[in-house]
Amino acid sequence: MSIARISKKQTIAAAGALAAASFILKETLGYEPVTIIVMVATTIVAGTPIFKKALGALRYWIVGIDALVTIAVAGALIIGEYWEAAAVTFLFSFGDYLESRTIEKTRSSIKALLDLAPLKARVRRGGLEIEISPEEALKGDLVVVKPGEKIPVDGTIVEGSGYVNQAAITGESLPVSRGVDEKVFSGTVIESGYLIVRADRVGDDTTFARILHMVEEAQDKKAKTQKFLEKFSRFYTPAVIALSIALYLFTKDLRLALTLLVIACPGALVISAPVSIVAGIGNGAKHGVLVKGGEVMEKLGAVKVVAFDKTGTLTIGKPAVKSLVAFGISEEELLRLAAIGEVYSEHPLAKAIIREAEARLGSALGAPQGSPPSLPDESAIIPGQGVRFRTGGKTYLIGGRKLFEGSAAGIEKHEAYLTMEERKGRTAVLVGDERGVLGILSIADIVRKEAKRLVADLRSLGIRRVLMLTGDNARAAAAIADELGLDGYFAELLPEDKVRVLGDLQKVHGRTAMVGDGVNDAPALASADLGIAIGGAGSDVAMETADVVLMSADIGKLSYALGLSRATVRNMKQNIGFALFVAVSLLAGVLVKTVNLSFGMLVHEASVLLVIVNAVRLLGYGKKATSPVKEA
Amino acid sequence: MVTKTYQLEAVHCPSCVAKIEGMLKRTKGVEKSEVLFNSSRVHVSFDETALSSEAIKSKISELGYQVLGEK
Repeated sequence: MSIARISKKQTIAAAGALAAASFILKETLGYEPVTIIVMVATTIVAGTPIFKKALGALRYWIVGIDALVTIAVAGALIIGEYWEAAAVTFLFSFGDYLESRTIEKTRSSIKALLDLAPLKARVRRGGLEIEISPEEALKGDLVVVKPGEKIPVDGTIVEGSGYVNQAAITGESLPVSRGVDEKVFSGTVIESGYLIVRADRVGDDTTFARILHMVEEAQDKKAKTQKFLEKFSRFYTPAVIALSIALYLFTKDLRLALTLLVIACPGALVISAPVSIVAGIGNGAKHGVLVKGGEVMEKLGAVKVVAFDKTGTLTIGKPAVKSLVAFGISEEELLRLAAIGEVYSEHPLAKAIIREAEARLGSALGAPQGSPPSLPDESAIIPGQGVRFRTGGKTYLIGGRKLFEGSAAGIEKHEAYLTMEERKGRTAVLVGDERGVLGILSIADIVRKEAKRLVADLRSLGIRRVLMLTGDNARAAAAIADELGLDGYFAELLPEDKVRVLGDLQKVHGRTAMVGDGVNDAPALASADLGIAIGGAGSDVAMETADVVLMSADIGKLSYALGLSRATVRNMKQNIGFALFVAVSLLAGVLVKTVNLSFGMLVHEASVLLVIVNAVRLLGYGKKATSPVKEA
Repeated sequence: MVTKTYQLEAVHCPSCVAKIEGMLKRTKGVEKSEVLFNSSRVHVSFDETALSSEAIKSKISELGYQVLGEK
């Protein structure tokens, strides 16, 4: 490949020198034999590759731009327009060369992503450490990774800890700390530390490989506008060829007909949409936003309503103790009792209590952080209500308010507090003994910190309705909708209800995007005009179903994705508008005879280059501002 | 019937796409083909008994596009 490139470069350099010589000779000596010889030499040097390509294509009955240029150049030589022939061939091959270089730029972000693929894996087999290619790694292999190296598999850490840069997966380049039992992804880099990872997924099954596959597929998924343009140019080129033949037959003006031929290929027009799209998708991929194709870009930019799933999307999806009150005992003692009572429970609320107890009391309990709290001496589950347990010679109760109703515990005096907490969308867990309530813990899911800002950003981007669809109860939904300032919510929905609600929203408000995370959201993601999955490194189903995947858990990226899609569509429209303008101007210019052969070629090539350069600008989108860029 | 993907050197003009597509359409044994512009790849579904993968690769190379790999 490099040899081909050098020789192409040399050909163009030689043609350039010859073209310059022709020009100087023409201006100083005029059309002397020597001038004509140099001009013909230019044409031969620059034109031979074009002529060869044209022949190759003609064998399959395809008339491409090479054939048109060849005919035009042959015609020019026949009628004695040697300078035109030299200039046209040189401009065409030089333009072609520049285009190939700049167009590679538009694809550079995606190429950079491909280059992140791991190249080797060091695995322990039979007591030996051997180096193999990542495709040869097997599920269950123990993989050793050292600082600066790429993790070659998706796996679980069995030994060691370190800081991992997950930019390849999430677009976030701030390293995260990872230790034993935590998951790491193929393609991510260990910045410091040393890990032994058990391979869970290898080769094409890794998250990174699947992301790559999706990005590669995405860049060639055409936008609607693009499909239309391709149809248009399929008629345009033959129409202009027919027009040139007709013109020649009527006017017998060969020069005019040849000029028309040269401008017949709407290069800038055909290239205008795909270059913008590949640059836009590349930019997104670099920032952890996967947009699956040109049509999705167009749709995303025109979204009117954004509907969010609640748990795991607007919230972290992990309940936590938000506040606690203790009566007659210390807060620490309350937490300790609660943790002992809930130790056997698998309920998410119980886990929240245990996490909180571990975080706050880990050392106070005399046990290192992360170890289980002390066990109760006796424990009995009261179904649907809570747990009765014994510790330190006393019997305690832990659970919802039902557990204490009708007992001598005197729950009545806490009624006002309980109601207040419930209005905030929190679940109250009470701890008590026979004599009374010892304390109340309020538990709620944590709203993602970037969610509030996102809602405001979406508004400023002109989204008409920001809504929430959730399977959770109305109270919890109302509390979060209120906290985030949403336009509304739909609560207690089953997955199929979400599909129905989305259908209604689409009818009333127009284009609706659904943002979700989990498997249960897949039907909704599929049925919305646009499905947006959060945290692609999490759920495979959501990632496959969605049209847009935000690779990291940072939902703030949504406003970035929206801004990027609009910038991409705008860029595409600029390109198309410009290309159409050039095509029409050239056609008119040729017909009124102000545009000659070489000038037509110059404008044609320059317009193609400009379109590509405009698309390259998209690669810089979002570099400075992290907030959404306002519509120009 | 098998489907293969060929990775070409960077294809940068839309008429190259048309050329390769046109060639494949006229090649006996090719059932379906698609040339992807941005990723510079070619998907070809073809009848193995009538056509070999090597033949497809050499036909693409003859048009002037180097085949860098196949999958």
